[in-house]
Amino acid sequence: MNNLFVFCELDEGRPADVSLELLTRGRSLANTLGCRLEAVILGSGLDGIENELYPYGVDVVHVGDDPVLEHYRTMPYTSVITGLFRQEQPQIALMGATSTGRDLGPRVSSALHSGLTADCTSLEIGDHYVKKTDTTYKNLLYQIRPAFGGNIIATIINPDHRPQMATVREGVMKRETVNKNYRGELKKIDVAAFIRPEDLAVEIIERHMEARKVDIKSAQIIVSGGYGVGSKENFALLYELASVLGGEVAASRAAVDAGYAGHERQVGQTGVTVRPKLYIACGISGQIQHTAGMNQSGKIIAINNDPMAPINSIADYVITGDVAEVVPKLIKYYKANAR
Amino acid sequence: MNGIKIVVLAKQVPDTRNVGPDAMKADGTVNRSVLPAIFNPEDLNALEQALRIKEQYEGVTVTLLTMGPVRAAEIIREGLYRGADDGVLLTDRAFAGSDTLATSYALALAVRRLAPDLVIGGRQAIDGDTAQVGPQVAEKLGWPQVTYAEEMHFEGERLIIRRRLERGVETVSAPLPMVVTVNGTAPACRYRNARLVMKYKYARTDTELQAESADYIAASRPLMKITEWGVDAIGADTEQLGLSGSPTKVKEIENVILQSKESRRLTSADKDIESLVRELLENHTIG
Repeated sequence: MNNLFVFCELDEGRPADVSLELLTRGRSLANTLGCRLEAVILGSGLDGIENELYPYGVDVVHVGDDPVLEHYRTMPYTSVITGLFRQEQPQIALMGATSTGRDLGPRVSSALHSGLTADCTSLEIGDHYVKKTDTTYKNLLYQIRPAFGGNIIATIINPDHRPQMATVREGVMKRETVNKNYRGELKKIDVAAFIRPEDLAVEIIERHMEARKVDIKSAQIIVSGGYGVGSKENFALLYELASVLGGEVAASRAAVDAGYAGHERQVGQTGVTVRPKLYIACGISGQIQHTAGMNQSGKIIAINNDPMAPINSIADYVITGDVAEVVPKLIKYYKANAR
Repeated sequence: MNGIKIVVLAKQVPDTRNVGPDAMKADGTVNRSVLPAIFNPEDLNALEQALRIKEQYEGVTVTLLTMGPVRAAEIIREGLYRGADDGVLLTDRAFAGSDTLATSYALALAVRRLAPDLVIGGRQAIDGDTAQVGPQVAEKLGWPQVTYAEEMHFEGERLIIRRRLERGVETVSAPLPMVVTVNGTAPACRYRNARLVMKYKYARTDTELQAESADYIAASRPLMKITEWGVDAIGADTEQLGLSGSPTKVKEIENVILQSKESRRLTSADKDIESLVRELLENHTIG
């Protein structure tokens, strides 16, 4: 009872990266709390899936294996998860801030009347003192996220309601196994006991899932563009530089919103978190929502017209100038000097 | 689906593209009064979906529902100019400081009073990006939800909805009543209609009317009323609203201070760029 739960998603039949990242973080939080780490995974034909989760230090894997759960649907998944949580009373429940997690999380939190914080960039354990009632809440989950225009970092807590729920984007937490021989306990969920007939009202007619085309998360060199790149044409220069350097192109949210790049390339709080060897930020001002997703890069080059752009303060090299002028020069001198 | 009643959930949001340093109050809530306020973009996509259904079938009504300060009546007028039939403003001091759960509690009560067949809202609001209120309203109503919609149409009595997911597209079929949240990838909302602007230009809530001078009101014909509801109108329990009704609390707000690295400053001159490239090659960052 009162353990830390991670809702694990499947990605083409395997546990999704974001879920394994959350298990990694969940393990260390559970160690701090002195509680167990439990995983929940739902789907169909999941024989042996628990063995892929145990190495992350998972003490209990709850498996809900039923044809009705083959593809994610809001209502049956919500009924199973809320039913299980009512039974198990987790103190903390984490899920990926994915299409699935962002659909399921709020529905579950509403059903259980518990608070949910979206898109956390950091999760910690700490206490909270309320002066008015002279009460100290021990060992709360600090749900930390940039808020409101990126001017602030907010720490959100849920003192009185359980589970304390949070979603986290892919790539924010590091993924690390504890021990490949770690063995937990398998618990099968009695799916039929939780699902009501009306949960099946929404039917899936068609699904077209695409394999991941762009993987900026594992790129060693990233050439990233912001709104300051100015046009889709100028963005083509970034692709050229990335291809010459053997890297990938990424973008800030403003550039994605402006249609310069697809969402799958977005770096930042509401995109992907990356840790490349080299991050070249072109025409990116550097709001916290963006820097939260790239400030752990090995080296950062900022190319910006504005000598006062916030990105400059975290950059190793600041080039004050036009993206359209600087990027072709980088290409030219790389070609001239590289062996 | 002739004769159905649609409620569109909309929010007036601070334009987060224009945020100044005084945007936050000391208690960690947003100081809305100093920010330009706009119709939340994805709620406009939602309104467009509702208006398309209205055009296609007989006797469909579209009601805009928003919760916020008196000023939020602006987006109801904006909706009326584009083709909504009427609007309801949920406004009360007791709503202030509500998190997503307390907000969805109030909205669900108002939806219940309006008794629609279909609720459509934007996927998320740009001031929080949480995407929680739509699903939470659906849960409070006990209705199915379909999120991230980009196209929808009726086949018989069921709505066929195409959803845009991170890695693909899914089409689902769902019965009414239900809640749909619409993605920014859905068609943009139509523009204001000049005839509707003339008709609704002076649509006002009661509170707005009290605040405006009698002369102005006398000159404003035709005068239309925008419904204004407080806590009593929806029968809400104030314990479940505002800060007290919100499970999530803001513990701490930190101003962002970026830790300055010692950065090397370069110009776009050829010699600067070339020496940078050489340095990166030498220390094996590239190449």
